[in-house]
Amino acid sequence: MTAAIRRESVQDLEQFRIEARQWLQDNCPESQRQPITPEEQFYGGRNARFPSEDARLWFERMRDRGWICPEWPAEYGGGGLSPQHAKIIKEEMKAIRARTPLYSIGIWMLGPALLEFGSEEQKQQHIPAIINAEVRWCQGYSEPGAGSDLASLQCRAEDQGDHFLVNGSKIWTTGADKSDWIFCLVRTNPDVKKQEGISFLLIDMADPGVSTTPIELISGESEFCQTFFDNVKVPKENLVGGLNQGWSVAKALLVHERKLMSELGSDSPREVLAPNAAAREYLEMVDGKVADAQLRMDLVDYDMEMHAIGLTHFRTFEEKIAGERSAAPLVMKYVGTEAEKTKSELLLAILGSQGLGWEGEGFSTAELDTLRLWAMSKAMTIAGGSSEVQLNVIAKNVLQLPQS
Amino acid sequence: MALVLNEEQRFLQQSAREFLGDNAPVASLRALRDSRDPLGYSSQLWQQMAELGWASIILPEEYGGLDFGFTGLGLVMEEAGRTLTASPLFASAVVGASALLLGGSETHKQNLLSQVAAGELTLALALEESPHHRPTRIATSATADGDGFLLNGCKTFVVDGHSADQLLVVARSSGDSNGADGLSLFLVPRDAAGVSIQRTIMADSRNAANITLEQVRVSAEDLVGELDHGWQVLEPVLDRGRIALSAEMLGIALETFDRTVEYLKEREQFGVLIGSFQALQHRAAHMQTQLELSRSVVLQALSAVDDTPEQVPLMASLAKARLNQLVKLVTNEAVQMHGGIGVTDDLEIGFFLKRARVAMQIFGDTGFHKDRYATLCGY
Repeated sequence: MTAAIRRESVQDLEQFRIEARQWLQDNCPESQRQPITPEEQFYGGRNARFPSEDARLWFERMRDRGWICPEWPAEYGGGGLSPQHAKIIKEEMKAIRARTPLYSIGIWMLGPALLEFGSEEQKQQHIPAIINAEVRWCQGYSEPGAGSDLASLQCRAEDQGDHFLVNGSKIWTTGADKSDWIFCLVRTNPDVKKQEGISFLLIDMADPGVSTTPIELISGESEFCQTFFDNVKVPKENLVGGLNQGWSVAKALLVHERKLMSELGSDSPREVLAPNAAAREYLEMVDGKVADAQLRMDLVDYDMEMHAIGLTHFRTFEEKIAGERSAAPLVMKYVGTEAEKTKSELLLAILGSQGLGWEGEGFSTAELDTLRLWAMSKAMTIAGGSSEVQLNVIAKNVLQLPQS
Repeated sequence: MALVLNEEQRFLQQSAREFLGDNAPVASLRALRDSRDPLGYSSQLWQQMAELGWASIILPEEYGGLDFGFTGLGLVMEEAGRTLTASPLFASAVVGASALLLGGSETHKQNLLSQVAAGELTLALALEESPHHRPTRIATSATADGDGFLLNGCKTFVVDGHSADQLLVVARSSGDSNGADGLSLFLVPRDAAGVSIQRTIMADSRNAANITLEQVRVSAEDLVGELDHGWQVLEPVLDRGRIALSAEMLGIALETFDRTVEYLKEREQFGVLIGSFQALQHRAAHMQTQLELSRSVVLQALSAVDDTPEQVPLMASLAKARLNQLVKLVTNEAVQMHGGIGVTDDLEIGFFLKRARVAMQIFGDTGFHKDRYATLCGY
């Protein structure tokens, strides 16, 4: 009986795959199947412009199909589909190298938390606006004095009766200079245990008193900003998950952020070289083998690690479908981002002096990107909870080791 | 779903854990070692294991097997790794049985496989000739002699070679001394004229043998697989063995790690539990990440044997290399984290440490499998 049901649903999924493949084939413009550059990524928002007419077409078709967020409830503009169906869409998009039509922190991070903790009004106000690319969001978690010790944050929101008055600053606010709204962790009670006095607040960045400054990084980019709040009035209805309940929302959201970061390597906007392909191009080969024995072993270590990580991603997905819990999801941020750093170092070694160009003539775009990505990769094991914080979490939650 | 167990598999694993925990804990291995047991395992226990069907898990029903699949075998291997159970399961029921299944004549299968499945007959693969796994560097010769062959050569590190009823001897029937072409496999009874077996006492207390073959006469019927094309049988047999060993090593790592984490929660120094020290927490948490990745690799490798044979060589080398590294890390850390008591024979951690080192060498060390993985990837 069970087997029969399972067979039927497998058939159903296969049918869905065939239809999805056909629809994508018919609707994804040829130009949207090429590797994407950072400039061509569409993030949406009040002031956003589509990088091209094809990008607009591709986004609108996916939106109308409900496939911008296939797993989200249909009543808020999602596809209302199961995780298996969503995975099929992802796989079929990958198969034709279809670009991600909408890059969105609203989709990756805020949306899942709002669906879990938000009020009905909040969901209706914000979820469709995220899916329709009308509002671009950024995240306000870290502060200059609150990095790994996130719960010690000081940006405060004082209850003024009909509104909160927010004062303080947030750092590493990705894309804040181009964003419309920011979701923030704020201190609403300074007199209790630090985790218990935090609230989760949605703030319109057009409100008076909000300002933003970009921060230049070692990669030469400035995607991170510092955002300042100077007597910003925030309506009470923008509180998510209850007063002083923000830490629970934050933790749930961090799970999404860490999952995203653990998978980033597979969906990078730049022209990323694959180490083993680069090896064949840049390294001396003898009898089909990389001649440099050390680099060959570094390469195989990396490939094996990625193979194991890929299988573990697959396992966590299967466990999710089967309704099982394991420690696997908790380790993915650590292993995924450490592997990204390893990959960047490996590519630099493989490219030799051609991997050290900063800009200009004498280097291909891929070579220049490799160096910039190498510099950016250093942030991967710091942002979203450093590797050390990840190990703390595993020690506490998985191994249940005594806390000092 | 290859990476999530079904109900039957879960049940098998649970019953294996209970049976081995009750009947073959690490203390049994210690007793075999201390009494210098001539067999190196308990034949009564092996009979019970065979009655449970473990000797025939991967065999088809027509030869008395359970046909339960390689994942089922892997779960039993994993549990046997947790208890360090000494038995012919690996050498006979996995390696030997696979060789007959993949290369044996119908007569071999009819006559021998059901006996292997019942635990009445044990096999051992006589392959290695040097201290390192070099499966194609074979000097042992098979020269034509009338309607049969004469075998001459020396084998070393023959797992269970001191106790197996029949040996599967890898010999060179043609070709140069380091090629896959020209190898042949022969079944040789342990008491055949010209066979001398010297038991070697190994670190893991499970024992192996050095075997000398001097003018050993075998007939054409003793050939397993085709003459000169033994590699076609040997390579998949080795891969199955590597994957099964990886499952055992996962069990070794899990048990060693569990015991170590428990110790971190019990042992007090400086007035606190040592598990509260971040220096130890981070090392333990790192091991947890490696255990998670390794579990996925082992499950995928096991299911590849049944479902995706074309993936088996790559998965076998991935699994063996990664699990070699894992058991090395976890057993070394286990000793270190236990402190002084960790280097005493009284504590069982030392048994895991020693078995890990032997398992790491069987059918290819880390370097062998990294090299093979790289070659299979085309660099």
